[in-house]
Amino acid sequence: MRPEPIFGMMAEFDTPTDVVVAAQRTTEAGYIRIDAYSPFPIEELAEAIGFHKNGVALITLIGGILGMCGGFMLQWWINTISYPVNIGGRPPNSWPAFIPVTFEMTILFAGLSAVFGMLVLNGLPMPYHPVFNVPRFELVTKDKFFLVIFSSDPRFDTIKTRAFLEGLGAKSISEVPS
Amino acid sequence: MVRPTEVEEGEDKAPVLAPGHSFASITDKISGLVLKRPLHLGWVAGFFVSFMVMQGVLFGATYLFVKGVGIWGVNIPIGWGFAIVNFVWWIGIGHAGTLISAILLLLRQSWRNSINRFAEAMTLFAVAQAGVFPLLHLGRPWVFYWLFPYPNTMGYWPNFRSPLVWDVFAVSTYFTISLVFWFIGLIPDLASLRDRTDNSFIRFTYGMLAMGWRGSARHWARFETAYLLLAGLATPLVLSVHTVVSFDFAIGIVPGWHTTIFPPYFVAGAIYSGFAMVLVLAIPIRKFYGVKDFITDRHLENSAMVMLATGLIVAYGYGMEAFMNWYGGNPYENYLRWARLHGPYAPWYLALLFFNIFLPQILWIRRIRTNPVWLFLISMDVLVGMWLERFIIVVVSLTRDFTNSAWGMYYPTRWDWAVLMGTLGMFCALMFLFVRLLPMISIFELNTLLPEAEVKHK
Amino acid sequence: MMEEKNRKQHVEAVCPSKKDKLDLETARARIAETKGPEYWRSLEELAGSTEFQEMMHREFPKGASEWADSVSRRGFMKLMGASLAMAGMTACTKQPLEPIVPYVQQPEEVVPGRPMFFASAFSLGGYASPVLVESHLYRPTKVEGNDKHPASMGGTDVFAQASVLDMYDPDRSQNVTYRGELSTWGEFMVAMRDPLIAQNAANGAGIRILTGTVSSPTLADQFAQIRSRYPEAKWHVYEPVNRDNVIAGAQMAFGQPVETTYKFDAADVIVSLDADFLYAGFPGTTRYARDFAKRRNPDAGNMSRMYVIESTPSSTGAKADHHLPVRASDIEPFARALVSGLGSAGGGGSLKGGQQKYLDAIVKDLQSHRGSSVVIAGDHQPPAVHVLVHAINQSLGNVGKTVFYTEPVNANPINQTDSLKDLIADMRAGKVQMLVIAGVNPLYDAPPDLGFADALKSSNIPLRVHLGLYQDETSQYCHWHINEAHYLESWGDARAYDGTVSIVQPLIAPLYGGKSVYELMALFAGQTEATGHGHVQNYWRSKHTGADFDAFWRKSLHDGWIEGSTFEPKSVTAKGAAASSATSQNDNSIEINFRRDPSIYDGRFSNNGWLQELPKPMTKMTWDNPLLMGPAMAERMGVKTQDLVRLELNGKNLTVPVWIQAGHPDYSVTCFLGYGRARAGRVGTGAGFDMYPLRFSATPWFTTGVKISKAGGTYLLASTQGYQTMETQDGDNRPLVRTRSLDEYQKEPNFAQEGNPPPELTLYPGYDYAKEPYAWGMTIDLNACVGCNNCILACQSENNIPIVGKEQVNKGRHMHWLRVDAYYQGDRDNPKAYFQPVPCMQCENAPCELVCPVGATTHSSEGLNDMVYNRCVGTRYCSNNCPYKVRRFNFFLFQDWETPQFKMMRNPDVTVRSRGVMEKCTYCVQRINHHRIDSEVAGRKIADGELQTACQQSCPANAISFGNINDKNSQVSKQKSNQRNYGLLQDLNTRPRTTYLAEIRNPNPELEA
Repeated sequence: MRPEPIFGMMAEFDTPTDVVVAAQRTTEAGYIRIDAYSPFPIEELAEAIGFHKNGVALITLIGGILGMCGGFMLQWWINTISYPVNIGGRPPNSWPAFIPVTFEMTILFAGLSAVFGMLVLNGLPMPYHPVFNVPRFELVTKDKFFLVIFSSDPRFDTIKTRAFLEGLGAKSISEVPS
Repeated sequence: MVRPTEVEEGEDKAPVLAPGHSFASITDKISGLVLKRPLHLGWVAGFFVSFMVMQGVLFGATYLFVKGVGIWGVNIPIGWGFAIVNFVWWIGIGHAGTLISAILLLLRQSWRNSINRFAEAMTLFAVAQAGVFPLLHLGRPWVFYWLFPYPNTMGYWPNFRSPLVWDVFAVSTYFTISLVFWFIGLIPDLASLRDRTDNSFIRFTYGMLAMGWRGSARHWARFETAYLLLAGLATPLVLSVHTVVSFDFAIGIVPGWHTTIFPPYFVAGAIYSGFAMVLVLAIPIRKFYGVKDFITDRHLENSAMVMLATGLIVAYGYGMEAFMNWYGGNPYENYLRWARLHGPYAPWYLALLFFNIFLPQILWIRRIRTNPVWLFLISMDVLVGMWLERFIIVVVSLTRDFTNSAWGMYYPTRWDWAVLMGTLGMFCALMFLFVRLLPMISIFELNTLLPEAEVKHK
Repeated sequence: MMEEKNRKQHVEAVCPSKKDKLDLETARARIAETKGPEYWRSLEELAGSTEFQEMMHREFPKGASEWADSVSRRGFMKLMGASLAMAGMTACTKQPLEPIVPYVQQPEEVVPGRPMFFASAFSLGGYASPVLVESHLYRPTKVEGNDKHPASMGGTDVFAQASVLDMYDPDRSQNVTYRGELSTWGEFMVAMRDPLIAQNAANGAGIRILTGTVSSPTLADQFAQIRSRYPEAKWHVYEPVNRDNVIAGAQMAFGQPVETTYKFDAADVIVSLDADFLYAGFPGTTRYARDFAKRRNPDAGNMSRMYVIESTPSSTGAKADHHLPVRASDIEPFARALVSGLGSAGGGGSLKGGQQKYLDAIVKDLQSHRGSSVVIAGDHQPPAVHVLVHAINQSLGNVGKTVFYTEPVNANPINQTDSLKDLIADMRAGKVQMLVIAGVNPLYDAPPDLGFADALKSSNIPLRVHLGLYQDETSQYCHWHINEAHYLESWGDARAYDGTVSIVQPLIAPLYGGKSVYELMALFAGQTEATGHGHVQNYWRSKHTGADFDAFWRKSLHDGWIEGSTFEPKSVTAKGAAASSATSQNDNSIEINFRRDPSIYDGRFSNNGWLQELPKPMTKMTWDNPLLMGPAMAERMGVKTQDLVRLELNGKNLTVPVWIQAGHPDYSVTCFLGYGRARAGRVGTGAGFDMYPLRFSATPWFTTGVKISKAGGTYLLASTQGYQTMETQDGDNRPLVRTRSLDEYQKEPNFAQEGNPPPELTLYPGYDYAKEPYAWGMTIDLNACVGCNNCILACQSENNIPIVGKEQVNKGRHMHWLRVDAYYQGDRDNPKAYFQPVPCMQCENAPCELVCPVGATTHSSEGLNDMVYNRCVGTRYCSNNCPYKVRRFNFFLFQDWETPQFKMMRNPDVTVRSRGVMEKCTYCVQRINHHRIDSEVAGRKIADGELQTACQQSCPANAISFGNINDKNSQVSKQKSNQRNYGLLQDLNTRPRTTYLAEIRNPNPELEA
């Protein structure tokens, strides 16, 4: 009889250091489809699982540029093309007066793209995820750290991987059902 | 997150975080305030009172819509009264929150980690109060949306040369950015609350708000980038907002308004009053919610020092303004300087100088800086002083402008006061709800302050 | 209080039938309860009340009320119908039945949207102000001066301007009433038949008719006819503000009551002894202002010099080159000294210190200008002063050159106080069977010592008839009240100050079906068949000698005056002045002056909101009549403005607030008549303080011996001007009104240009207005402006400007688009005073436009600072940023949107503004567009002078020029090229289109030294 398919193998650790070290070992061991979980951000951890750069900054930059151009063009178009009026003897394109709004639009668009870029890239919102099926995983928002090797990893093998993780000094190992 | 650095751990200074805490204890303590703490009579009473006071703004607004803006003390020449004074005051208060969460973050001031959450909440609620006034003070509030550039059948647009339109953009941007900044900062803690409770309804609610946050290292990396970028954006934003607000006056030609010193001096004033409000909130909260471990005397002292510094900038602003009025040789400006000191509003101006400049100087004394009671009183005093400053700038300048024949006086009516009090009530009511329903201190950021949070390299 | 009670009891005695039933009086009381701004409310509210329906009920034939008991449905419906008909009555207008002749030729039919103009005349105190009335679809909307008439030349006075509001006043009496109950003209005529028959037998011995001053030839003729029918009947005349002293003076000097007129444009030196001849109410003021201003141009080289010796600061005093405040009782000694100084008889008398040097200078100046000077005395100065002045003018040879004597304009030039005394004596003696009081209100304004009220109340006069525009104090003690027709509703005629007769044309059929005094008098003259039109026309037909009467009639109506009716100057010689009658007053006994009010005259305009809210020329006070007091005296008494003081005179007490008036003579106070009305209407009732109780028949204008003591407490006074000097307390002096003496001006002609920014002083490329066909601009000549307030009311009437009530004025929310600032400079006891009209400056670099977030105020290609009411959201930022503070904001719904009468009154070319929007002067853009359309239809440009703004048009002194500054030959361009031309606060580089010509005074060098 075949074992029912699982989502991955999860190892639990007590300290940031342990999980980071474990993650480094895991990547060195050639695992690529892995992820680590922690209650608070640990820069080294992302490095350790081989996650080096994310696209949020780029998206923010693009958003900012769009906001800036859009903001100024809107004002320029309104005052010179759509409905030019003589306001206190000022010329239609009194650009110095358009700077503040242009600036605010830049910030607004950049900020919103940063937030939504982050959420989209993170695939959030995602109320369900297999890792939640592991009872102890709720401690990830308290004081425990987890390392998961996904079953989709080419080197994944239920027995070997569990042994490997035990070798990393995990507090406990549990299968993540899918 | 920001980690404590050796520099800050001076011998004589109180720690940012009291010793003896672990990830678990911090998490349990803070989430417990929301999930386990029973409903105290104090909270109910406080919320009820502020809710009742809040009716002032509701009744005031209703009567205003029925009768017209004439129910206030505004007139010709004093076209702007309490409404604008309060608007500027509330916006200013908001600034401290952004300063703490953004600027101190960039400056790697780790002590901000334990006060930024409610400081940001304070920002949001203060800006919400501020937002009430520009709407109410319109002669025809029901067409306020004409200030936004939307395609319309009139084929006509707002006048982008007017500082009021800049205000619309600045304040709405400020509110939006503060909101998302505050919210994404909440996501990991909401997840934490989700995982701490056994009540399925609460779990569902917080779970939905947490959007399924699971603390993945990849998520944390992107989260960190976005959070830093937002901080980087919010920093110039917060400076620009009060600059634009100061343009409302600096662009005008009214003596007492038309001066280039306004932007820096408004921003300083904003932070001044903002930190005063932070202390006014923090001191009772840390007492009644027993979080002295997280909001330590260190925080109070640092805030006090920021107040002292910004207060001195404000003092410089007053001095320089008066000096330029005299030195610039503009008779109208010069007369306004005279009128402030000797005119019918002289008592208000002297009170302002006392509240804002002289009294806060006792913060130079360390014992006072570290004494919560004193700090609380001085913060109150600064809040009043900063309100007076706006009154002097907005109202008194208008009472004595270019044409002698058009000089006037301004007398606030009961409705002016009702709306001001009402917004105070609304602000407090919102704060009560916040401390009850959301983690008032950032759990995950506080965790990073623990030594265990560091990855030790072998 | 007590009096109030007595009156009530008495009313019930007179009209026993009215217990707990609503008669007009209580209806009025009901309405009168609503005060302040919300007084502008319609009758409908009242129509809802059951009492009102009950009152309507009374209108139905007797018996109708019997079968219809108040609860029966049908009766109710009927009453509702009636009351609504009543309420809606005013919603339709009829043109008069008789042919009226438009002033300028118009198409055959009325063209909607095109106003027509009709010549008519407004009379005050018997003197006619010739006017043109603008009529939209037979609704008179605006009164303007008759530019062809020598007495107007296009100018008006404030009372004429405001008269259109009176016509539409919803508080006007709308019915004939008998004993307070509704009745009809028909019933009145029936009721009069038997008494008149009875009087016929008695030669009319019981008939007494009391009117105001009459100059109408037709009316005079009617009285003649009445006398021929009833030889014993008596015609009495009394107005509280009368010219008894002038007439008595003329009698003493010439033995006949001649009229004195002046040619100020021929006068090099003017000496006014307490004569305020530049403000409305003085006969001929409109023409005098024009003539005076003509000689005040420093660039013409023959600028006149004026000395004003006066007892209370006036706009005439403000324009004087030398102003000498003295007590009214010190004028006569001064006049005597003047006479002796000029070396003629009847002089003598010593002068108080300080006055002598003025006297010497004046004497010298007069002697060097024989035949080209004017000495003029105030109406309220005793006859002796007038005699002296006649002597002076004669000795100076001014008669026939600058001073003229003509037949009296007054058709019945008797001493009015004596006339009233006689009447009261007869009333007391029971000789009066039938008392007709036409158009006057003696119960309110008769001298208290004569006891007119008691004489009238004692009901031994079987028939008392009152004709009046309002149900006033007097009407409530008369059996019959006839609602009078306004002059805009009725035919008539009247003489201007120079005797020229104007025909009064009705613009509209009587709104409330009133009757004119002609129609009432016809009843006694036995002309019951003819209409008002008939009386006037018949009279002139009888006087007409030429062939074609119809042509003559048509021309007279069209021009507004009858050719050749002007009085010819008479040559009369003045007797020398009588010896001094005046006992020299104790310097420290306090003198009190009684003056007509600058805004509401003698009280007859109390219910006119425009006039009540019109800032008085010197104090800028509205809605009140405080006691004026000099600074020195106030200091001695330790009182401040708004403090209450108790006045005590001949055993009568009054408590009134104080207004400290710079330049008011010491040991003297001035109070103004006409306030404190008990039955004026919703506007006037209760405003201010009634001063008549202190005004005794022997001393109608001033008297000494009044006791003044602090009463404690204060009273709110609403003034529209924040600060009345250009000197700021930090020692700076703001050049708002730029002024020099004539010599200084000749030395330094460009003084007004200082601080004028160079045209290239701008960051931005300026807008090129030169390429436009028109660029509108305005100049205001401060030298010509006499502070008469006409422009304010003309603007209010033209632009549908609401009034806001005392409380709102006090808050600083008055709505006048154009204000006239009064500034005092120098010595507080005798300051120099300046007037400065301030409309919108129409800045080319308008600060207001820049800051409006919704672009509700923008600039037109022709340089107008347009205000788009519909776009305004009401941030008030524009007003804050306006350095001139000429913008006005509707803090509430100030405008009355309900009352149908006011809907009809408004100028249909001007938006009626709503709550929450900003408004301001637009250079009368509706007039600009009107003329633009006409000129484009005609394929030409708007000619210079063809287009006038309302303020410009009404200005009697021609101080305002308006036109196209792109046209270098236009009047306004010439003015702007004058070196006196400067922009207000021009150092702000707002580039105002409205500019001022600096004020130049022409002081006597000897006195300056």
